[in-house]
Amino acid sequence: MATSSTDVPIGPSTAAQECPSAHLTVDDRVGLLRAMLLMRAIEERAMNLYRQGKVPGSFYDGFGQEAVSVGATWAMAPADRLCVLHRDLGAHLVRGVAPAAILSQYMGREAGITSGRDGNVHFGDLRTGCVGMVSMLPDMMLVAAGMAMAFKLRKEQRCALTWFGDGSTSRGDFHEAMNWAGVQRLPVIFVLENNQFAYSTPIKQQFAVNPVERAAAYGFPGVSVDGNDAEAMFEATRAARERAVCGGGPTLIEAVTMRMHGHGAHDDMKYVPKALVEEWRQKDPIDRQGNRLKELGVDVDALVKEVRAEVDAAARKALAGPMPDPATATDRLFASRDDDEVLLEDGAAPWSGFRS
Amino acid sequence: MTEMTYLRAISDGLRTEMRDDERVLLMGEDIGVYGGAFKVTDGFIEEFGADRVMDTPLAESGIVGTAVGAAVVGLRPVCEMQFADFVSCGFDQIVNVAGKMLYRQGLPVNITVRLPSGGGFSGGPFHSQNPEAWFMHSPGLKVVAPSTAEDAKGLMIASIRDPNPVIYMEHKNLYRRVKGEVPDGSYETPFRARVAREGDDLVVIAYGQMVHTALEATADLDGASIMVLDLRSLVPLDEEAILGAVHHCSKVVVVDEANYTCAAGAQVSALIAERAFEDLDGPVLRVATPDVPIPFSPPLEAAVLPSVERVREACRQLLEY
Repeated sequence: MATSSTDVPIGPSTAAQECPSAHLTVDDRVGLLRAMLLMRAIEERAMNLYRQGKVPGSFYDGFGQEAVSVGATWAMAPADRLCVLHRDLGAHLVRGVAPAAILSQYMGREAGITSGRDGNVHFGDLRTGCVGMVSMLPDMMLVAAGMAMAFKLRKEQRCALTWFGDGSTSRGDFHEAMNWAGVQRLPVIFVLENNQFAYSTPIKQQFAVNPVERAAAYGFPGVSVDGNDAEAMFEATRAARERAVCGGGPTLIEAVTMRMHGHGAHDDMKYVPKALVEEWRQKDPIDRQGNRLKELGVDVDALVKEVRAEVDAAARKALAGPMPDPATATDRLFASRDDDEVLLEDGAAPWSGFRS
Repeated sequence: MTEMTYLRAISDGLRTEMRDDERVLLMGEDIGVYGGAFKVTDGFIEEFGADRVMDTPLAESGIVGTAVGAAVVGLRPVCEMQFADFVSCGFDQIVNVAGKMLYRQGLPVNITVRLPSGGGFSGGPFHSQNPEAWFMHSPGLKVVAPSTAEDAKGLMIASIRDPNPVIYMEHKNLYRRVKGEVPDGSYETPFRARVAREGDDLVVIAYGQMVHTALEATADLDGASIMVLDLRSLVPLDEEAILGAVHHCSKVVVVDEANYTCAAGAQVSALIAERAFEDLDGPVLRVATPDVPIPFSPPLEAAVLPSVERVREACRQLLEY
């Protein structure tokens, strides 16, 4: 698991039945697959809705990166807090956000998480303990560090986690957050989603040294993980979380993956060599998890059908919902004293390890 | 009531609220062991400990960003920018993260960001600015600017209790120059304007240090009866008080220490033009710092900052109109 990113093998997994974590039951492993299937089905549906003109703006997805958010979130406890980015829809699904609310969000409808105030995966459902991203992505590293700082000050055994991309590592907030977390030894997990491109810019133009190696300079460990393996992502995050809540401080996890679609739906990705995409297609995280489970006798086809039916129903519900009332466009700019106690709430945490 | 400086009143507000509410913590550069560059938090670390009077890394974006994170899980951070000028390094976190959180996802961000602002002591281009208008232009932020010791304490307590991000402008040149009677214990000053002096012939609208400049300039101005309106809060802007004063006096001078273009006073002037045109007996006159960085050398700085004489001149000109 702890290899440098250049050592991650390319091609299909040769040991399909291998489970990289001793902490996952068969139900957990099915749950990981189900969440990834759901993420992909929702995003495929959203892309169709975009092409039909029902999703305004552009559309941004995490096709091929489903294991990164699903695997990491599977290790997080109800009282943990997350800052979720735009390739990480799986995090929202694991934490309990309903597919219909997500599709409503994409279409700018009233029933979306932000009631039409923001689009795409720019949302966080406070009822699931998630903070919505801003487009200046590494900003959220500081917010996550701040949540972790509060946990530490209050001596709570909780942890914060955020994702960010390879491009984010060039911004100053990456440094400020890594340094702050190291200095204060905060219970925070930074997941670097290295999908090889920041919009059109390849990682070789983003950094001279792999950022996972910078972690040591900030005083905490950095590990590279096969980001297309949900179980490996879970295991790395589980270990990082255990360290964090026991006072061991932060961890940087580099999830090595590949952005299989354009930056957004408008991007034809002509700057990416076709052979590279084809290479990574062989490593699809859903195929990989599905093959593992088939070998265990799980009826994966039935699971796929069930998820499709769920997304069909969610899409029908979302399409039937109204657009927001234009008269509300200037509402909720300021909180009143009555909102004083509105805070992030606990989210779902399906990992079996939290129930034993 | 106790007589104290503007600076001590800020300290008193912070201390009062920290004693009342254990969720309040202070974050900033050199605020703990050293007690702050201006000694606003002198002695705090002894009373409240290093966790609640946190000496942070030198990172303004980090201070604001981590404060936002701490706020959404239940703390009440008060951030000190060592100088208001340095807030540019934390601008993104204030404007894009803190300011938009409630609107986007219904999550209040209860942080207070203290900005020691203003010039008049050869601070030069990076220690003299008045950047309040940057934040007035950014939705979701409140902006307050006390001019007296009593309001400095009351607005501090109100800012901490307000569930929104509040930018608290504290003028460095008032820290030790202004003294006043300050009520003991806890109280809040409302985010509304205050009449600093009653008058009938003309109103000078100002905030922060310029309230004192306006009072001095018009204390004895050829026998004219001049009102001084202290805005105290820039967001929300007390439109009712502004329009009421214009209706009463019919002549208006608006004073900013900030650079002229798009300053708070420009918004006040636009409001008057839109909503009080019929009440005016002359043009709205503005006195502000010209659109240049604040220069270092005393004669250069004095040449750009609004002076008692410039305010007096504007008032005379308008009274004769």
